[in-house]
Amino acid sequence: MPHNKNKIKILIAKPGLDGHDRGAKVVAQALKDAGMEVIYSGLHKTIDQIINIAIQEDVDFIGLSIMTGAHIPITEKLMKKLKEKGIEDKKVFVGGVIPSKDIPKLKELGVEGVFPGGTPLQETIEFIKNKTKTP
Amino acid sequence: MAVARYIKDEKDQILDVIYESGIHVKPLYSPKDLEEIGFNYEMDLADPGQYPFTRGIHPLGYRSRAWTTRQYTGFGTPEETNERFKLMISHGQTGLNVAFDLPTQMGYDSDDEMAEGEVGRVGMAVDTLRDFEIAFKDIRLDKIGTGLTINAVASVMLAMYQAVAEKYGYDPKMISATPQNDILKEMIGRGAWIFPVEPAVKLIGDTIEYSMKVMPRTNPVSVCGYHIRESGATPAQEIAYAILIANAYIDNVLARGYDIDDFVGRFSFNLNVFGNMWEQIAKFRAARKIWARNLKERYGVKKPQNMFLRGLFGGGGYGLTKAQPENNIMRGAYYALVAALAGAQTTALCSYDEAYTIPTPRSALISLRTLQLLMDEVGLRDTVDPLAGSYFMETLTKQMEEKIEEEMFKIENYGGIIKAVSDGYIQRMVARQAYEIEKGIESGELLKVGVNIYKEGESMEVELHEYNYESAKKQIESLKQVKRERSERDVKRTLKELESATRAGKNVMPYLVDCCKVYATLGEMTNVFRQIFGEFKEPSLF
Repeated sequence: MPHNKNKIKILIAKPGLDGHDRGAKVVAQALKDAGMEVIYSGLHKTIDQIINIAIQEDVDFIGLSIMTGAHIPITEKLMKKLKEKGIEDKKVFVGGVIPSKDIPKLKELGVEGVFPGGTPLQETIEFIKNKTKTP
Repeated sequence: MAVARYIKDEKDQILDVIYESGIHVKPLYSPKDLEEIGFNYEMDLADPGQYPFTRGIHPLGYRSRAWTTRQYTGFGTPEETNERFKLMISHGQTGLNVAFDLPTQMGYDSDDEMAEGEVGRVGMAVDTLRDFEIAFKDIRLDKIGTGLTINAVASVMLAMYQAVAEKYGYDPKMISATPQNDILKEMIGRGAWIFPVEPAVKLIGDTIEYSMKVMPRTNPVSVCGYHIRESGATPAQEIAYAILIANAYIDNVLARGYDIDDFVGRFSFNLNVFGNMWEQIAKFRAARKIWARNLKERYGVKKPQNMFLRGLFGGGGYGLTKAQPENNIMRGAYYALVAALAGAQTTALCSYDEAYTIPTPRSALISLRTLQLLMDEVGLRDTVDPLAGSYFMETLTKQMEEKIEEEMFKIENYGGIIKAVSDGYIQRMVARQAYEIEKGIESGELLKVGVNIYKEGESMEVELHEYNYESAKKQIESLKQVKRERSERDVKRTLKELESATRAGKNVMPYLVDCCKVYATLGEMTNVFRQIFGEFKEPSLF
C-alpha cells in the first residue's frame, strides 16, 4: 500500500500469547503524537501475522512489545522470517520486560534498539528519528 | 505509577493536591467538613459488620481473623509448582494462588504450535488432570483455599479442580476454589481473552450456577478492578467498572431464574492498592458501601452477608519501578499497610523484582514476610477500621463515593458495560490516561522516586529466574504419555457430549468435569468452544 514517504510508518506489535498491552499502547500513542504513522497490531499475533501486516502496510519500523521473558526466541523467529521474505530493511526495535544482560543478544540478532520498561518515551522517539535520517 | 498532582509555589509549599479521581485535597479538615457533607454515622458508616459495611464486613475485623496471604505462585512443571506451594505453606502462607502459563490461560496444550517458547514460563503448564494431580499432591484441599488465576478457560480449570479433589477423596462441597473468571476485565486490560463477549459471559454464568449447586464453598468469580487499574484507569473508574462488570455476571445468572441471594454471596473482588494511600483507603471504604447498596437497592438482596464486598487487595505491579528495584520492597510494605488499613480479607504483593523477572523464592518470601509483619508485629490487628471518624478520611470516602457513582453513570449512559467493552470505549480511554500518566512522569509533574527524583546511586543486582527449557520438554513428554495411557474412546465420547451440550446452550460444567476425569486435554476442550463460539474481535486503539 503506498503511503506518504515523508511520514515515518511504524508497526507496534504484540507477538505471542501475552496480553499486557499498556506499554505497547503508550508507545504507540507517543509515536503518533510525534508525527509518525502508527499501526497497532492488537494482541496474540503470530510472527507470520506480524510480517504480513508489515508488508501490507509497508512500514519502516517494527516494534515488538514482549513482557513474558520470551523476547529472545520470539525476536529470533521474526528476524529469520524477515530475511526469508526479503524485507530485512525494516528496522526492528524491542520493548518490554527485558533484562540488561539480554540487550547485547538482541542486538546480535539484528535488533536496532532495545527499550526496557521505564525507558523515557522521548528516547524511543529520538531513536526512530535518528535511524530514519541515516540511510 | 502516578500518585497525585501537586501544585507548588517556588518555595516548595503545596498549593493544591489533586488525586487521580479528580478530588482536590485541602490542607486542613475539621468537624465543619463533616457537617458540610451531611455526615451521618449510621447511614454513612455504621459499625463494622453492619450495612453499608463502609467500616468493614466483620464486626471485629482482624481481631477475629487476620487476612489471608496469597502470593501468586506457579511456574514450570506441576512438580515445581507443587514444591513452591509447599515452601510457601511451610512459611505460613494461608491460601494458594495459582499462576498458569500463557498457553494454559489461552487454552492451548503444551505441544501446540502456539505454545512454543511459552510452556511453563510465567506460570504452571496444565494440559490434563494429571498435572493437577501432581500440583496439588499432599495439599489439604479441604483446608486451604485456592485462587486460580484463569479467565477465558476458568470453566475448564474449575472442572479440573473438582476432578482432582474427587480423585484425592475430597467432597466437592468441602473445597474452596477462587477462579478469577472475569473475562470483561481481560478485554479491558491483561488481554487473556479467547471467545466473544456474549458466550464468554455465558460461560461465567455456567460456573456460578454450577458452583451454587455442587461446590458451594467455591467463589466462582473474582471481579478484577485490579487489572483495569493497571491498564490506566483511575481508582474511581476501577471500582465503577468492577461493580458494573459484576452486575453483568449477576444479570446472566438471574436470567436463568435464580434468586440473587442464592449466589451473589460468593462473589469476591480483586482490587488494586498502588497510588496515593488516602485515595486508595477511601476507595475501598466507598467500594464496600456502593457494592452493598447496589445489591440491596438494585437487586433486592436480602441477607446482609450476601452484600459483603470480600476482597483481595493486592499491591499493584504498576506502582513498582525498574529503577532502583530495592525501593520496591518499601513500596510493597506501604501498599500492604494501605490494604490492612482498608480492611482487606486477602492480600498479595507484587515482588520487588517483577519488573525484571518471575519472582525468585527469596523475593516471594520477602513479600510474604512483609504481609506477616504487619499483622503480627506492628499492630494492624489491634482494632477494626482505625481511621474511622477522621475528618479527612470520612470526607474523602464520601467524595470517592460520588466519583465512583459518576463513573458508573457515564458507562450506563454510554449503553452499559458490555457495549463499552465490546466497542473499545473503555480500552481507548484507559490507554489515553496511561499515556497521560507517562507524560506526567517524564515532565516531572508526577513524582516517582528513583525515576524522576533521587536518581543517584547504583541499583542493586537482581537475581533472575531462569526459564528452564528442559521443563517445557518434560511437560510435552508427560502430555504424550497421558495421551498414550488414556482411553481415546472415553475422550471422544465426553468431548462429543460437551459439544452437543454447548450447542444446545446447556450448562457446560458437568460435561467439562466428565472430560477432565478421562484426561481430555485443555486444548481439546477449548477447541470445542472455539469452533462453536469463534473469537473476540479486539476493538482498535485509534
